[in-house]
Amino acid sequence: MKSASPSLLTYAVIYLIFLYAPILLLPIFAFNDSAIIALPLSGFTFDWFYLLWETEALHQALYNSLTIAIITAVISTILGIFAARASARYDFPAKRGIVGFIMVPLVLPEIIVGVALLVVLVQLGLALSSWTVIIGHVLICTPFSIAILASAFRNLDISLEEASLDLGESQVGTFFRVILPLVTPGIISSLLIAFTISLDEFIIAFFLTGTDVTLPVYIWGQLRFPARLPSVMALGFLMVILSLMLLLTAEYFRRRANRLSGAADTDKGLF
Amino acid sequence: MAEAASKQRKRPALRFLSPNEWRGLALISPALGYAVLMLAAPLLLVFLLSMWTQNYLDLDTTLTFANYREAITDPLYRLLMIRSIIISGIVTVVTVILAYPVAYFVAFYGGPRKSMWLLLITIPFWTSYLIRIFLWKVILGYNGVVNSSLLGLGLIEEPLTIILYNANAVVITLAHAWAPFAILPIYVALSRIDTSLLEAARDLGDGPVRRFFRVTLPLSMSGVVAATLIVFIPTVGDYVTPRLLGGTNGLMIANMIQIQFGKANNAPLGSALAVSAMVIVASISIAYVLLNRRFLKSRG
Repeated sequence: MKSASPSLLTYAVIYLIFLYAPILLLPIFAFNDSAIIALPLSGFTFDWFYLLWETEALHQALYNSLTIAIITAVISTILGIFAARASARYDFPAKRGIVGFIMVPLVLPEIIVGVALLVVLVQLGLALSSWTVIIGHVLICTPFSIAILASAFRNLDISLEEASLDLGESQVGTFFRVILPLVTPGIISSLLIAFTISLDEFIIAFFLTGTDVTLPVYIWGQLRFPARLPSVMALGFLMVILSLMLLLTAEYFRRRANRLSGAADTDKGLF
Repeated sequence: MAEAASKQRKRPALRFLSPNEWRGLALISPALGYAVLMLAAPLLLVFLLSMWTQNYLDLDTTLTFANYREAITDPLYRLLMIRSIIISGIVTVVTVILAYPVAYFVAFYGGPRKSMWLLLITIPFWTSYLIRIFLWKVILGYNGVVNSSLLGLGLIEEPLTIILYNANAVVITLAHAWAPFAILPIYVALSRIDTSLLEAARDLGDGPVRRFFRVTLPLSMSGVVAATLIVFIPTVGDYVTPRLLGGTNGLMIANMIQIQFGKANNAPLGSALAVSAMVIVASISIAYVLLNRRFLKSRG
């Protein structure tokens, strides 16, 4: 279509500045040589990064979070593969209701998920641990995995599948030898998104974490101590870099998924 | 959501399932089973717990609505509930109105750069949620970025105090935190619009403003409705933002639910508050969807 009116473009740019305002401050305060997070700035320093390097509790929290995020990503992607295949390829009774129900955690306030699982665990007398956090995270990550994978499965050319069946491969064999390889980029993209969501999730972990706190729960604890804030900024800066790399990788694989399955880039963004 | 209703088909009530239907059901059953076990069952238990009573360390399992009576009549809980709904409502309206032009711009004028714009919009939201919220405190604070800049420019004499530790701060921060969740559904709805309809409206003599309100906006309402629900429902239950930026006059219902499950050690009352919040939010959402459907229908 025609080029945009200048006012609309200006608005979009101003809006982007609003979106980026908070994270642009991160590097500023991460390298600022002052224990107080406020303007004006003083000098340049790497001290806060050294401090991170020396904080044992942080390393433990990071390790816990990475473990939880990896396991969550694997489980929700496996659940997502089957559910997305079902929703993209097959018709069955009550399909909309079932898929809708599985997607509910997308719009449910996370505190409700946290409270509900906490109640069950307390009633069953189970101890809180990393596993209880994983249970909650799988619940909220699976809908994202399904959304990503369903679009990968929908873009598949059905004739490839039919060819495999005609040539004598079984349904199961076709699924593992033809369909799965074709949606591999979608699988990687789902793994990365679920990993990122789990790594960043706070409120469910806050309710369900045991003595092994996750990284966001650790950060939450640090926010109460003004002296720790500059190193939290440094940590935040490192996390921005990490999630940026993960996100760009996920986006790369999503586009490859679309190309591989022969569909035009439908331009649906991340979802 | 609106699309869901339109696509519903009638099926015979009883019939044998074909092999493909069985395959579909079998494939979806692990995810369904997980959701039933880890979501539906726990929610039922929360509902049950909300009708029990906490007696110090023991639970009295006689069913009673006393917790609900307390949740509804106690002025503090009522205040927090109403405030949560109002703050979320304002956040939703602000977020959707600010997001619409951006979605419109990307959908109609994004050209070959559509993916780049969408990626640019989503990138800030893959950074730590907690740290992002905290940074708003840095921006809005007494010695924060906004106040320092305004003071430096000589626009104000003293730092502004109306932008931190109150509902305004919560609204600004949440409107930022939920921006992409509003932009993406509106963008998807706008990009589905058949542009020949817009050309037809122009050929038939509609000016740009009339065309927008009579063609573009009604056709993109499905996206606006989705955006509204996606922002409104979770923000009612937001815990972090009111806690970090709300001060005492900006606390919301989620903070009270957490207190009941934590310090106050009254899980049944906390459950009753959680269930009440869910019921109220669900009723508002359903009413909104129905009103919107009627409105669109009445316009033909």
